[in-house]
Parts: sequence; structure tokens; C-alpha cells
Amino acid sequence: MPISHDAHTVKQFDIQLANLRNLVLEMGGLVEDQIQRAIQALDDEDLSEAREVVSRDQIINGLQVKADEDCISIIALRQPVGVDLRMIMSLSKAVTDLERIGDEAEKIARMTVKTYDGVSSPPSAKLLRDIAPMAKQATSMLHGCLDALARLDVERAVQVARGDDELDQEFQSALRRLITYMMEDPRTIGHAINVIFIIKALERIGDHSKNIAEYIIYLVKGKDVRHVKTEDLSSAASEPE
Amino acid sequence: MSTTPLEINTPLDGATTSSRASGNPLSSTQITDYDHRQTVGKITVDNPKMTCRGVNVYYGAKQALKNVSLDIGANEVIAFIGPSGCGKSTFLRCLNRMNDTIPGCRVAGEIRLDQEDIYDRSLDVVQLRARVGMVFQKPNPFPKSIYENVAYGPRIHGMVQNKAELDALVIASLERAGLLKEVEKRLEEPGTGLSGGQQQRLCIARAIAVNPEVILMDEPCSALDPIATAKIEELIDELRENYTIVIVTHSMQQAARVSQRTAYFHLGDLIEIGETDQIFTNPRHKLTEDYITGRFG
Repeated sequence: MPISHDAHTVKQFDIQLANLRNLVLEMGGLVEDQIQRAIQALDDEDLSEAREVVSRDQIINGLQVKADEDCISIIALRQPVGVDLRMIMSLSKAVTDLERIGDEAEKIARMTVKTYDGVSSPPSAKLLRDIAPMAKQATSMLHGCLDALARLDVERAVQVARGDDELDQEFQSALRRLITYMMEDPRTIGHAINVIFIIKALERIGDHSKNIAEYIIYLVKGKDVRHVKTEDLSSAASEPE
Repeated sequence: MSTTPLEINTPLDGATTSSRASGNPLSSTQITDYDHRQTVGKITVDNPKMTCRGVNVYYGAKQALKNVSLDIGANEVIAFIGPSGCGKSTFLRCLNRMNDTIPGCRVAGEIRLDQEDIYDRSLDVVQLRARVGMVFQKPNPFPKSIYENVAYGPRIHGMVQNKAELDALVIASLERAGLLKEVEKRLEEPGTGLSGGQQQRLCIARAIAVNPEVILMDEPCSALDPIATAKIEELIDELRENYTIVIVTHSMQQAARVSQRTAYFHLGDLIEIGETDQIFTNPRHKLTEDYITGRFG
């Protein structure tokens, strides 16, 4: 069944739902920006920008609290059912994942500060080579799921969820390469561990984006596709309920 | 037991078949409309108490219920929801032939209680209504004592041999209706002197005193405050052990709280039926979704 876009008889309910969704999308935009800035700061070895990213995480935390309060208030006052209930539950869960993505951005920024501390020599380019492609994939997944949320686009959400396997594979091969470098030259271990934290953060961003994509499928289709194999995702999401 | 041939949709079907043959474009819209309303969801249950097939109800020329088919499971609470005029109360009244009393009302189709056709000519309607009891929107105790309100049914149905048996039955019924503690010291006082919620539980006690198998409830809580409503809802849940309950309600929260299955009616059609949980989280028909989420008209 296509999701109903008709207005509620009680207009205030529509306004509250729209406000909540806008708040979540705003939070998503901010989180996306945080990731990009964190990656840019790492690339530019810009420590003040990295510290800026760390401090801005507070804003995201604040939005999370506000969004959760709004969810609870709508549930208490409106007793939502059907698609409204699915909307609120999905948004509420998406908020948790967005906040965690924000934390991952903060982690990357902290690692940047640690890596370029001015004491040890900076890491060699080959240690950092996996970060850029993984960051690209992770930000594209995040962007995709926010896009899917804004448009309630199931196809886009399926696409995002599928992208996670690719990111996981990139993470595994990056890890293997880093282990090799560390074995070849134990002096790289310090930097390599920081890089591992960074690529792990990027891999987690993929996981959270996939979660959000799954909530969107649930919201639109009423079908829980968590723990469905990636190859079955498309058919599971398109089946009639 | 006779097997009356189904009289499903005779007027409409007749019209559509002939118009189909003549290819009248105007009537083909009717066909689409008719074909369009197919109930979504599973209408059958494993252990039906009542089975309804192709039920049509007409008030004079106006069709109030269109080809409704569904099962009512034994020991389940099933809720009928829908906007005013959707036919849910009409359908409820078909289940114990209360519509017989309405002039100009005609019921076609088949309704069976334990396989037995309740519209069979040989069936005793008074007996039927003892088996399928009813509780109304407004509590309507008789202007008699609390005791007499409950004793009336068993007495006229000759269910008891003596006063002691009758006493026991009255007490048991009040107990089951969750009212005994509040009234045991004033059984001789008039039933109309009780509070609204107590009166409604008295009516439930009166309905269960004749040992029915099915209880029909037509908005039993709409005249009650939230506490009295909660008591009735708790009672409905307890009664489910021994009875099958069909409840019509305008409160969707109430339907969600008390029923296991929910049926949604719209303009005389049964639009959707399913597990209450599914209906309220993931309804399959847009009309159901619009109604339960408050996006109606």
C-alpha cells in the first residue's frame, strides 16, 4: 500500500509530525556535515577544525534529546497508530543512529588530533590510503539514507542497505593491509592503530546508515527487514505486505 | 437443519450481470465499484463460533450492508470499527436477529451459529437471543430491583427449579460481571439507582445470567467515564474465557485494547479484517489506514 499523504483531520497532528521529521532531517544534515569536516580536517591536518568537530557534537546530542522528547510527546498526546506510529518509531530509532554517527565523526576528529600531535612524525601516505575511498562510501551511504528518509523512497533505502557489504569488505582488506605494514615495520604500529580506529568509525557509519535505511523500509512498507540477507533485501522490500 | 440457498447480492448481481451483457458504459462503473470492494485480510478462523457469508442488509430500498462475509471465532473478542453509518451496528444486530424488529429491514445471506442457520424459519428467536445476548450503548436496567434485573431472564427461560437455584444464579452472574461486591448488601434496591458504570455491569450480569454463548456489545462504554470503562474492558477480557464477544466501538483505542481481531467497515462494506495488532500497526487497505490514523474526509 502506498504511504498515505492525506492530511489528518486534526491539523496540529500533521504539523507535529512534519516538525519532527524536519528536526530529524536537520540533525541528519548536521551529522553529514560533521563527517565531511572530520575527514577534511584529517586530510588537511587541520587540528583546529578537528577540535571544532569535537565540540560541535554537543549540538547533535542536543537535537537527539529534543527529537526524543517530541516523539514521546506525540505518542502521549496523539496515540498514533498505523503509518503514523511507524513514522514515529522509525524516526525515534533513526535519531539514535544519527547521534552515533555523530559520535563516529567526533572519534575521527579526535584521532586526527592524536595523529598530528606534533611530537611523532606524521603517518606515511600508504597508511592513510584506505581512508579516502571508505569515507567516500560511508558519506554516500549516509547521504543516501537521509535522501531516502526525506522522500520516503524505498528503492533508495534498499540501495543504501546494499552498499554496506561493500564497505565491510573495504574495511576487511584495509585491515589486512595495515596488519601487513605493522608486521613489516613495527614503528608504524602507533599510527596504524589510529588509522584502524578511523576506518572502524567509517565502517560503523555504514552500519548506522544501513539501520536507518531499514527503518525507512519498515516505515513505508510496514515490513521489518532487519536481519534479512542483503541479496534478499530487494525482494523482501518490494513484496506486497 | 435446513440449508437455505444463498441469497447473495440478488438485486446488485442481477443488475451488474445484465449490464455487463448489454455493455452499458454507465453500469460498468457500477461493476468496478462492486468489484473494487473486496475484503482485505483473512475472514476465516480455525474454530468459528459464528460464520457469516454474503450478508446483505436493506432498509427498504437502501442497502446498508453489502455482501459481508466473516467468521467469529469461539472465545475471541472481535471488534467492529468504522465511521457512523458504515453498517457495523447493523451487522451486529444481524447476529441475534435484532433487525427483525425494524420495519422494512431485510437481511439476505447466511449466518450460522455453531453450524445452525439462525435465519431458519423453524428457529426460535427468543432462544437465539438467549444464546446470543446483547449489551447496549446506554445502560438500560429494568425499573426493578438489582436482583430482579438479573433474575428475570433465567425465570422466563425456565432455567431454574426453585428460589435457591435462582439466588445462586443471580449471585454467580453478578460475581462474573464484577459487580457483586458493590451490590451484595442492596440487592433489593432499584437497578436504576446504580451509577452508569454499575448499571452497565448490571446489564452484562443480566445478559450472562441466561448463559449465552455469544455476547454482542454495541458501544458498551460510550456513556461511561474512564474508570468505569476500564472496569468493563477488564471484564470483557475475563468473560472471553467463557464467551465469544463481538464489540462495536467508536473508540479505536478500546478496539485495540480489548479485541484480538478487528474488522473495519466503510459504507456498508467490510473493507479489512485481521489481527488487531496488524490492523493498528500495518493496515493493508488505505481506507483502514486513513480511518485509524484520523485522516478521514
